[in-house]
Amino acid sequence: MTSAALTLHEASIHLQRRELSSQELTAAVFRRIAETNERVHAYVTLCQDAAVAQAKAADERLARGEISSPLLGIPLAVKDNFLTRGVRTTCASKILGNFIAPYDGTTVTKLRQAGAVILGKTNLDEFAMGSSCENSAFFPTRNPWNTDRVPGGSSGGSAAAVAADQCIAAVGTDTGGSIRQPAACCGIVGLKPTYGRVSRYGIVAFASSMDQVGPMTKDVRDSALLLESIAGPDPADSTSVDRPVVPYRKLLDGEVRGLRLGIPKEYFVSGMQPEVESAVRQAMRLLEKNGATLEEISLPHTEYAIAVYYIVATAEASSNLARYDGMRYGHRAQAGDLTETYMRSREEGFGAEVKRRIMLGTYALSAGYYDAYYLKAQRVRALIRRDFDEVFKRCDVIVTPTAPTTAFKIGEKTQDPLQMYLTDIYTISVNLAGLPAVSLPCGFDKEGLPIGLQIIGKDFEEATVLRVAHAYEQSTDWHKRKPPL
Amino acid sequence: MFLTALPQLPFLLCLCYKFSMKLTREEVQRVAFLARLRLSPEEEARLMEQLDKILEYMEKLNRLDTSGVDPFVHATEVCNAFRADQVTNRPVVDDLLANAPAKDGTFIEVPKIIE
Repeated sequence: MTSAALTLHEASIHLQRRELSSQELTAAVFRRIAETNERVHAYVTLCQDAAVAQAKAADERLARGEISSPLLGIPLAVKDNFLTRGVRTTCASKILGNFIAPYDGTTVTKLRQAGAVILGKTNLDEFAMGSSCENSAFFPTRNPWNTDRVPGGSSGGSAAAVAADQCIAAVGTDTGGSIRQPAACCGIVGLKPTYGRVSRYGIVAFASSMDQVGPMTKDVRDSALLLESIAGPDPADSTSVDRPVVPYRKLLDGEVRGLRLGIPKEYFVSGMQPEVESAVRQAMRLLEKNGATLEEISLPHTEYAIAVYYIVATAEASSNLARYDGMRYGHRAQAGDLTETYMRSREEGFGAEVKRRIMLGTYALSAGYYDAYYLKAQRVRALIRRDFDEVFKRCDVIVTPTAPTTAFKIGEKTQDPLQMYLTDIYTISVNLAGLPAVSLPCGFDKEGLPIGLQIIGKDFEEATVLRVAHAYEQSTDWHKRKPPL
Repeated sequence: MFLTALPQLPFLLCLCYKFSMKLTREEVQRVAFLARLRLSPEEEARLMEQLDKILEYMEKLNRLDTSGVDPFVHATEVCNAFRADQVTNRPVVDDLLANAPAKDGTFIEVPKIIE
């Protein structure tokens, strides 16, 4: 077995015991990338020279015994919407095709300070808008379990890289399911922390009331470990919350006895792949067998979540993406006057889905429609949040499927944007409410494609979410399976 | 019931109109201009159809009575984030200028703004 297949916590122990050097590990990961990336296309940009130098520096620190973080010497992948100083940061968009980030965002700064090795930047749906990675302006990423299938999105590159052992772990962003849904599709663990838990400084803004950064890893322990390293308040992000970072990994005791698990009846409706339903139900029974109590609950406004999301998210996106005007950075069309330059630069720079969302958002915010769409959506959003508040008076976590189906075929949903939006049905409410949730593997369908289990927690209760996930993981071995690449 | 619905009458009428509404080409063009997006005639036609379908799906929100519900503002606790009024970021003028599509020395060149 190649050392690229190690989990973060395993690799960290090997490095600290000096049984493996960061340079060897990094070289093994780059070999794995060279062997498999032609089939997977997880990376947009590789930073091999810089990574080798970082690995060398990490080895020197390890030799001196300066071990301040379990990330020291660990090769990680970063989604290409995180600013990385001196490295191309494209958001998989032509409009930022040549953009070199002038500074590191907070998460990247924390990873660097911890001594992690940054392998490169992973593919995504353009500006994180999509559920399949097919909206990348460069190329679609493919699912390592079956390369005719999508890896999910928008953090599809990070998910595929983790599943294919093209990194030890990765970071992604989640606005409507963009960490959890690709994690489910690729059979890995993806955590969306509470809104405000991780700084967003230096990630490219999409929908600011929902965007959140989170870990994408090979198991739950790695998720806890990586969250500890990136969570916490940040003076550069006024929405980050000043709450202590819990030692998440120390709270993983494999115990679920006495915990109350809510099962929302609205999440088990027609349209779900039968194998997904049976795998998720089986996971619930296993948790029950281990001592948790199951209770059927109701989140009555679930059916409105997608409509709310695609108003709020597109409205915020249309505003956030107004900055791409071709003036200070990014693509500028050669055109006549100023307005013409704006319009042509944006026409040439943005892809179809981004244009569609800018149009939808601009429409929802425009004079005469603001009350009927945006304000109405924010009122229904308050009801969605209220549903969760009610349920969390009785339950510790909510357990659901992550996505209604396993990974679909490349090209299957590209002609029908609404069908694509509906794939986010189980993840979106969580972003609207701002809650933490994790997706972890809970089985495979008959095609051999992974199925995801979602665990949703109360505000800032990542520890409970991870504890339940870890307890489930301890009783199963889905997370240990590797794609036949 | 009648009395409580009265103040919302214009809104309700507007919704009745919207239920039958089809997005017009002129509206698509108006929104595209607001968003400073140039669309080809094919894109206009495609977007008209797709946005119409999406907006029709969103009409389901109007089945919900939200009178008396305050719009959602922020997911978690909010507090003012004060800091000293000091420059803390490293000056990176050259790095920033390196991304400019056109420049003259330390100036970014832009199309003429005032006619």
